[in-house]
Amino acid sequence: MNPAVAEVAWRGADRAGPPAYDVDRVRADFPILSREVRGKPLTFLDSGASAQKPRAVIDAVSAVYEREYANIHRGVHYLSARATELHDEAREKVRAYLNAAETREIVFTRNATEAINLVASSFAARRLREGDEILLTELEHHANIVPWQLAAERAGAAVRAAPVDDDGLVDLEAFEAMLTPRTRMVAFTHISNVLGVVTPAREMTRLAREKGIPVLIDGAQSAVHLDVDVRDLGCDFFAFTGHKLYGPSGIGVLYGKAEHLEAMPPYQGGGDMIEYVTFEKTTFAAPPERFEAGTPNISGAIGLGAAIDYVNALGRDAVAAHERDLLRYATARLSDAPGVRLFGARGEKAGIVSFLQDDVHPHDVGTILDRDGIAVRVGHHCAQPLMDRFGISGTVRASIGLYNTREEIDRLVDSLHHVKEIFG
Amino acid sequence: MLDDLRELYQEVILDHGRNPRNYGKPDEASHRAAGHNPLCGDRISVYLDVDGEGVVRNAAFDGRGCAISQASASLMTEIVPGKTLAQVGALFRNFHGMCTSDAGAETDERLADEMDRLRVLSGVRQYPIRVKCATLAWHTMNAALQGEAEATTE
Repeated sequence: MNPAVAEVAWRGADRAGPPAYDVDRVRADFPILSREVRGKPLTFLDSGASAQKPRAVIDAVSAVYEREYANIHRGVHYLSARATELHDEAREKVRAYLNAAETREIVFTRNATEAINLVASSFAARRLREGDEILLTELEHHANIVPWQLAAERAGAAVRAAPVDDDGLVDLEAFEAMLTPRTRMVAFTHISNVLGVVTPAREMTRLAREKGIPVLIDGAQSAVHLDVDVRDLGCDFFAFTGHKLYGPSGIGVLYGKAEHLEAMPPYQGGGDMIEYVTFEKTTFAAPPERFEAGTPNISGAIGLGAAIDYVNALGRDAVAAHERDLLRYATARLSDAPGVRLFGARGEKAGIVSFLQDDVHPHDVGTILDRDGIAVRVGHHCAQPLMDRFGISGTVRASIGLYNTREEIDRLVDSLHHVKEIFG
Repeated sequence: MLDDLRELYQEVILDHGRNPRNYGKPDEASHRAAGHNPLCGDRISVYLDVDGEGVVRNAAFDGRGCAISQASASLMTEIVPGKTLAQVGALFRNFHGMCTSDAGAETDERLADEMDRLRVLSGVRQYPIRVKCATLAWHTMNAALQGEAEATTE
């Protein structure tokens, strides 16, 4: 959109109610988007792996270090109190973002992976006996497979995966049938990181909860693209990460129902997670501190809070509508592109489109797109069981962020012609 | 832009990538190993038949991968038969050097023709992330010769 058109759209919107989503203004908030890559304007379609950061987040992190940094908790001095306050505010922002009931239900972790490991170790592992089962789906990222395998192995329990159809849609009947009296835990992704398929998370959670089985939802992608409400979902645990949500890397979140967190033993031992320590016995702090041993990622948490403020200010509905439009556009353009085969293009989707071009290996496609300044993800996307399900070794994945444009989708499709030129 | 890419994807590479030579599991092999590139999930197996004199009689491979890794494996299996294990080792070192540094490694005069053939893969130097694609088959062959069952590019 050129500035003149944007201006008209903006003024028009003043009369018509809320302003239209002005992606040019949004892009101006992200310093990195104005740089060139290999002599071409950067076309960043890899936000599903990690998103770029708005000025507001970069500034928030810098401001902590420049003006308000000290270790949190227990400090009697001004800066420690101030950093503690900012850290606590960030937790409250996360609580509100997920519509959790209480801030003690929000545990800061390094990332979604650590959040899942925490639940697998401190919650699931203790409930597992030989012959028990943990139910996942075929869509899962390795981060939502391996922690459960580790817990299951120790107990002699088994990890099972509910099937998906050829479009990557969860077979609800099969899922329900796999909830057996031996199922001790259910964990599944809210949005497939490979296909962008949105799972019927609410319904799946209901089915499991009816049988008294606790549920963890991997929200690494959904916390970015959907208006997540953990109480509406009804899940026991929800994991996501800051860096995909335009926040810093190294900060993630575990939401856990208070009743569970209260009953769970610590994940790691150390400072900040204790109540009282002697060499004979240690009593542990209440959640969430019980699960946050050692000095945490203070600036990361504050940066994540700034990212949440940023997304809220744009309007989550407006962002979602913009991303929906782009995903529809990308799906349509790629469907028409010669030799392109889309994966998981049916059903409810968000943020991600995955494809192969003819029989060209995704790595070769990725290298050619990169020469045009286009960043996509290629390979198995840490979801090898799903690749096996489709009988492929990998895909090319374009993932959409709130700053992407139709023009960038056009560039992607144009660059695929170069793949054709090289590989014939 | 396309010229750059054609430097990487030369005709020889595209040809070997599309129609890999010595593809498939042979009936007899004295050495074998599976190679894995965790980055992309590609897996190949390399099979070698080495005689009592320490000379490679046959080489073959199977598995899937990108154009670069398939072409590299295909070329390798064409080049190593007839070579002594010492020569194969020298080729591996030279090839690895060629893929990773502009200077390349010292080339043994007697292997100059072989290195000339392999030079089509030297374009990966400009694409650090793709070096492992080019060297996977060679690492796997090395593992097979050293009696290891598995190789990885990591």
